[in-house]
Amino acid sequence: MKLSHRAMFGATVALALSGAAMAETTITVATVNNGDMIRMQGLMDAFYAKHPDIKVDWVTLEENVLRQRVTTDVATKGGQFDVMTIGTYEAPIWGKQGWLVPLNDLPADYDVDDLLPAIRGGLTVDGNLIAAPFYGESSMVMYRTDLMEKAGLTMPEAPTWTFIKEAAAAMTDKPNEVYGICLRGKAGWGENMAFLSAMSNSFGAKWFDMDWKPQFDQKPWADTLTFYLDLMNNYGPPGASNNGFNENLSLFQQGKCGMWIDATVAASFVTNAAESTVADKVGFALAPDNGLGKRGNWLWAWNLAIPAGTQKEEAAKAFVAWATSKEYLALVAEKEGWANVPPGTRQSLYDNPEYQKVPFAKMTLESINAADPTLPAVDPVPYVGVQFVAIPEFQGLGTAVGQMFSAALAGSDTAEGALAKAQAFTTTEMTRAGYIK
Amino acid sequence: MARNTSPARKWVVTVAAWTIGFLIFFPILWIIILSFKTEGDAIKSPLAVLSSGWTMESYHVVQERSNYFLHFMNSVIISLGSTVLALVIAIPAAWSMAFVPGKRTKDLLMWMLSTKMMPAVGVLVPLYLLFRDFGLLDSRIGLVGVLTLINLPIVVWMLYTYFKEIPGEILEAARMDGASLRNEILYVLTPMAVPGIASTMLLNIILAWNEAFWTLQLTTKNAAPLTQFIASYSSPEGLFYAKLSAASTMAIAPILILGWFSQKQLVRGLTFGAVK
Repeated sequence: MKLSHRAMFGATVALALSGAAMAETTITVATVNNGDMIRMQGLMDAFYAKHPDIKVDWVTLEENVLRQRVTTDVATKGGQFDVMTIGTYEAPIWGKQGWLVPLNDLPADYDVDDLLPAIRGGLTVDGNLIAAPFYGESSMVMYRTDLMEKAGLTMPEAPTWTFIKEAAAAMTDKPNEVYGICLRGKAGWGENMAFLSAMSNSFGAKWFDMDWKPQFDQKPWADTLTFYLDLMNNYGPPGASNNGFNENLSLFQQGKCGMWIDATVAASFVTNAAESTVADKVGFALAPDNGLGKRGNWLWAWNLAIPAGTQKEEAAKAFVAWATSKEYLALVAEKEGWANVPPGTRQSLYDNPEYQKVPFAKMTLESINAADPTLPAVDPVPYVGVQFVAIPEFQGLGTAVGQMFSAALAGSDTAEGALAKAQAFTTTEMTRAGYIK
Repeated sequence: MARNTSPARKWVVTVAAWTIGFLIFFPILWIIILSFKTEGDAIKSPLAVLSSGWTMESYHVVQERSNYFLHFMNSVIISLGSTVLALVIAIPAAWSMAFVPGKRTKDLLMWMLSTKMMPAVGVLVPLYLLFRDFGLLDSRIGLVGVLTLINLPIVVWMLYTYFKEIPGEILEAARMDGASLRNEILYVLTPMAVPGIASTMLLNIILAWNEAFWTLQLTTKNAAPLTQFIASYSSPEGLFYAKLSAASTMAIAPILILGWFSQKQLVRGLTFGAVK
C-alpha cells in the first residue's frame, strides 16, 4: 500500500514536470477576413505538428476595424496581440516609430532574398525587415474576351489609356446593361483614391513635390481626373460613385462590365465558375500607361508583423516564419491546389512550372514588378507608396480628397472644382502638420 | 369615444401601416433570405435571388469557423450586466431628481446628456490606457463598466421622465405611514414604475447588445461579443455576403426574439405617461 502511494506520488511529480516542460505558449494573431488568411486557419495542423508547444488564437476582423484596433494597441503598447496583419501603408510608418520587432534573424532556410524586391522594399525600414509579406497584390485590367472579340479589338498585353477608352466605347451596350468599363468611385483612401492615385502616376501626376507641396493644381492631375470622369460618365455603370471593389466584382461576375481595372486578387474570383457567370471569358492585361514610363497599377501586401513589447517574441517569430515560408506555399498547393496559393511574395513561386500554369500568375508578377513604392511617380517624390503616401496624415487626406473626387463623379461638382478644393484642403492640412514650412 | 372611420379609410390606413412596417423590416428580411443562399446566388439580381435554391451551407461554414456560443454568452453577460448595474445606479438617482429636485437638477440632467454628445473615439486612447493599466483589456467586467457608463445618462433620463409622472402625493402618503426611504423606493415607487423600468431595461439591453465601438476596441478574444463575430465576416475585398448574412442573422436573432416577445411591454413603457 505504502509502495503504491509512493508510486502515485512519483507519477504525479513526473507528470507535473513534463507538463511544465511542455508548457504551451499561446500567441494571438490579428488578421483580416480574406480568403488566404481564412485558408491558413484551416491548415494549422501542419504548424502544430512542427511546433507542438505553440498554440495560435485568431482574431479575424474586417480590414478597417482591424486597422483601428491594432493601431490603438500598438501605439499604446496594449500587448493584446503577438502577431498583427498590417498593410504596406502602416509598415513603414510603424517601423519608423520603432513599434515593430525587426525580422533580420529569421532562419536561413527562410530565404529572405527570395522575397520579391518590390514587396520587400516597402517593408524595409533603415535596412531592417520589419514585416514578412503573406500575400501581395497589384492591380491589372480584367476584360471580357468575348466582348472584346465582338468589338473587333485585341487587347494588347500592355495597353495604353487611349486603347482602354477606345475599347470601352466599343464594348458599351447600355440597353443590354453592358458597360465598357467599371472602376472604383466610392470615396475612401483605400477605395477610389487607391485607384486614382495609381492612375495619376501613369499621367505623370503626383501627390506632393519634393517640398511636400500638393500638386492638384498641376496639369497632370487635371488630365487624370478629366480622363477618368469622361471614361466613367460615358462608358461606366450608373451610380458608379458608390462602387467599390465588391460592387464592381458583383457587376463583373454578372457580365455587366467589359473591363475592370482592380486588384489582382479579383482574378481568382472572376474565374471561379461557382460564383462568376463569365468565368471562362476573362482575359488579363497590365494596367494601362501613357508612355511616360509608369503604369497605373498599385502595390499592396498583407504582412505579418510582431509588435515590440510582446512577451512571446520567439513563438511569434516561429509562426511568422512558417506562415510566410516556401514550405507554407507548397502546403497550400498540395492541399488546395496551385491557384489558391497566396500570391505575390516569392520569386520561387513564379519560377515553379506548376504555378506558371495558373492563368493569372504571369500577369500578377509582372504587375507587381511594374510598381515601385520607392519611386512611384514619373518625377521624384519625397514619399514611399504607389497608391498611398506613407505618412500618418494620409488616411484623413486621402479620404477627404476621395470624397471631393467622388462628388465630381456623382455630378455634384466639376473636375476643376474638385481639384481646387483638394488643393486648398491638402495645402492647409500639410501646413498644419508641419510638412510645408 | 371612438372616432367614426369609414371602412375604406380603415383599409387604407391598414395597408399603409403594413407597407411601412414591411419597408422597415425589409433589410432584416433580406439578410435572413441571403443567409440561406450560396455566395454565387447571393449577389444575383433580387428576383434571381428569390428563385434560386435554398441552402444551410453558410451556417455550417460560420459554425465551423467561429465559436458562436462564446460570443453569444459574452453578449448576454455584457448587456445584462451593464443594464442591471445601470438600473441600480439610476433608480435612486432618478428618484432624487424627480421627487427632491435641487436648484441645479435640470443643469445636472443636461450635463449628463451632454456626455453623450462627445464622439466616442475622442476618449479611445485615454480609456485604452486605463484599461491596459488596470488589466481590464479583453475582460467582461471592463466592458460591463464601460457600457454602464455609456448608457447611464439615457437610463437616468428615461427613469426620471417616468418617475415624474407618478404623483408625489402617493410617496408622501407612504412616508406618513412610516415607510423608510428604502421601502418607499422598493415597495411603493418601483411597482408603480414597473412599465417604465421594464422598457428602460429592454432598451438598454438592445443598446448594449448592438454597441459596436467599445466592444470591438476593448476586446480581443475572451470577452469579444457578437459584434466582433459579425466584423470577422465582413470584407471590403471579396463577396462573402451569404456568410456575412448568416453571421448577422445569428447575431440579431436573440435580440429580435426578445424584442418580439416584449414588444407589448416596450410600447406600454414608451407611451407611459403620454395620456394623463
